[in-house]
Amino acid sequence: MIADCIPLTFLMPGERGEIVEIRGGRGLVRRLYEMGFVPSAKVEILVSNAAGPLLVSINGMRMAIGRGVAMKIIVRRR
Amino acid sequence: MATVALIGNPNVGKTELFNKLTGLKQHVGNWPGVTVEKKEGRYVYKGEKIDVIDLPGTYSLTAYSMDELIARNFIIEGKPDVVVDIIDATNLERNLYLTFLLLELGANVVIALNMWDVARGRDIKIDVKKLEKLLDVPVVPTVATTGEGIDKLKEEISKAIEKRRSRATLRYGKEIEDFIEKVEEILKEDEELIKKYPLRWLAIKILERDEEILKKLEGKPYKNKIDEILKNAGEIEEKIVEERYEIISEIIKEVVKEKKEKWTFSDMLDRVFLHRILGIPIFLALLYAMFQFTFSFSAPFSDMIDMFFAWLGEIARENISNPMLASFLADGICAGLGAVLVFVPPIFALFFALALLEDSGYLARAAFLMDKIMYKLGLHGKSSIPMLIGFGCNIPAIMAARTIENEKDRIITIMINPLMSCSARLPVYVLIASIIFGGYAAVAIFSMYLLGIALAIIIALLFRKTLFKGKPSPFILELPRYMLPTLKSTLLHMWERGKWFLIKAGTFIFAVVILIWFLSTFPWGATNGGQLIENSYIASFGHAIEPIFKPLGWNWQAGVALFFGFLAKEAVVGTFGSLLGASEEGVKTALTNAGWFTPLTGFAYMAFVLIYFPCVATIAVMLREMKAKYTLLTITYTITLAFIVAGLIEGIGHLLGFS
Repeated sequence: MIADCIPLTFLMPGERGEIVEIRGGRGLVRRLYEMGFVPSAKVEILVSNAAGPLLVSINGMRMAIGRGVAMKIIVRRR
Repeated sequence: MATVALIGNPNVGKTELFNKLTGLKQHVGNWPGVTVEKKEGRYVYKGEKIDVIDLPGTYSLTAYSMDELIARNFIIEGKPDVVVDIIDATNLERNLYLTFLLLELGANVVIALNMWDVARGRDIKIDVKKLEKLLDVPVVPTVATTGEGIDKLKEEISKAIEKRRSRATLRYGKEIEDFIEKVEEILKEDEELIKKYPLRWLAIKILERDEEILKKLEGKPYKNKIDEILKNAGEIEEKIVEERYEIISEIIKEVVKEKKEKWTFSDMLDRVFLHRILGIPIFLALLYAMFQFTFSFSAPFSDMIDMFFAWLGEIARENISNPMLASFLADGICAGLGAVLVFVPPIFALFFALALLEDSGYLARAAFLMDKIMYKLGLHGKSSIPMLIGFGCNIPAIMAARTIENEKDRIITIMINPLMSCSARLPVYVLIASIIFGGYAAVAIFSMYLLGIALAIIIALLFRKTLFKGKPSPFILELPRYMLPTLKSTLLHMWERGKWFLIKAGTFIFAVVILIWFLSTFPWGATNGGQLIENSYIASFGHAIEPIFKPLGWNWQAGVALFFGFLAKEAVVGTFGSLLGASEEGVKTALTNAGWFTPLTGFAYMAFVLIYFPCVATIAVMLREMKAKYTLLTITYTITLAFIVAGLIEGIGHLLGFS
């Protein structure tokens, strides 16, 4: 179901998703993994303004991530 | 004597716990060679002295960030007897990752399950006994804010010190374990290396392609074999991290019974504070309130200090018969100390307000709001905080840049900070603008702030394009839950940051003050004991540097005033006062009558004061926070830029027919 997989940035506030993969350089992937952005982790978008970072709920934390980073996090909408 | 290291994710109450353990017996220094703060303290338990080292707050122990590398090297090389891992009881899943890494590193771990009260309040039930069994380490529920569980924690620490090592090992799946074994097999031969590092940990780090460890393998005879294994292993580093999370979630399933997590109130606040339209205005309003508080609250205290030293100086002048000694004490020591210490109240007030914003969780939201704008300027969301504080005082602003992890981002943020027009420059603007612009003075003053911001943007972009190539590091920031800060922790936070200014900058500026006193009163006979400043060394110096300022239409007095401005920019006003033989209040009339400035040369002079050379106290902080060469570069670029901008103002002004 490749069609369901979209970058995290495309989720609307209130929408939930499950991380499928992270596309990026080794350093970024590792960084995100260690912050809990791993495949099968559940995320929910809390704040997503026109530009600027997203506020994401993951692992019981509130993480602010830049749009550039969020584009590289591929999720399946739930 | 035993050593205990404290470690934990950011926002788990580590500082609070450190304070509760050690009381006020703390010492703040830096880790060797870096600007990361190192806090040490001590407590006595049943007659045994225990040293406590506060390691930087980290999520992980990779070689990617300075903080993490420091923490990990301390555990390996400093060999603490016990590592207390502080965990947020409301978020075990996130926090256990670090625990996992600590166990892998072979640390003798004691877990402090902190924020136990919050977990209780939220109906999160944790089976502590089971967690102890699964991890094979002692677990103590604590509430750092009230001190609950601290005694029990001390008891467990002492038990663990006696027991020495924990033998806890967490096992991966077969595929990974096989690779670990293969690497271990090769490394076993390298006695020198395994004497320093735990074997299993080394093997795992190599499979994770840890830069720091791979560097150590350069030139080893078995390097080929390792490379071969790594090639076969493929993307094993990601699998390792994934498996760690899997193991952790298995543990969580067994020990935690949780109703649906409740961030409701905090999330509700975020819906307002991070609102698309309201977010920025609220931020600006809070900022305005912060500056109002900082300056109006501290003004009476500053006045008191000012008056006290003036009074002390008078006493010295009246009661000491030796004129040189009297002048030294009154004009040198008292006037100098007074000039420095008047900054203590606003700096402490600013730090208090900042601690309040930070401890409540709002400061992280400010970084969130400003990230979009900052990114366009080649900066980081977190750079916005130091830039804003810079309007108050550049010293705390530069210290606040510490929260920026990426070194390039941090250095750019520090280097442009002097362009944020601090409050010390305001008296100069007010003096000059009011004598040459009359009713339009406010506009001229405000234009200085805008000029500073515009130049900061240009310089930041310039540095980003040349010296610090590349994009700002990706923005990833955990936003802590909003909390009501306690007065005690806010005051402690303020004191920790502010006292440095009191001690170091105080002594440093003090020395310069004495130097300036000497230069402006000697040769003693010729100046008639400091009365005739025209005959002093500083005047000769002023005449010597006059040709530099002549093209800009400024006389030697204006040049000397700039020189004294090195000390503190408001000293420019005081210098005009003494050169004109007028008191601080009378200087406006005297300067108007002297006619030293035309509107054009005066405006250029204001711009010059804005840009040229950050004051010595700022330089002292810069030297502490970054490499000397960057401080030197900052001095060079600010002085050059000041001449360019002042020259441009006068050149363009002439073309437009102003005089």
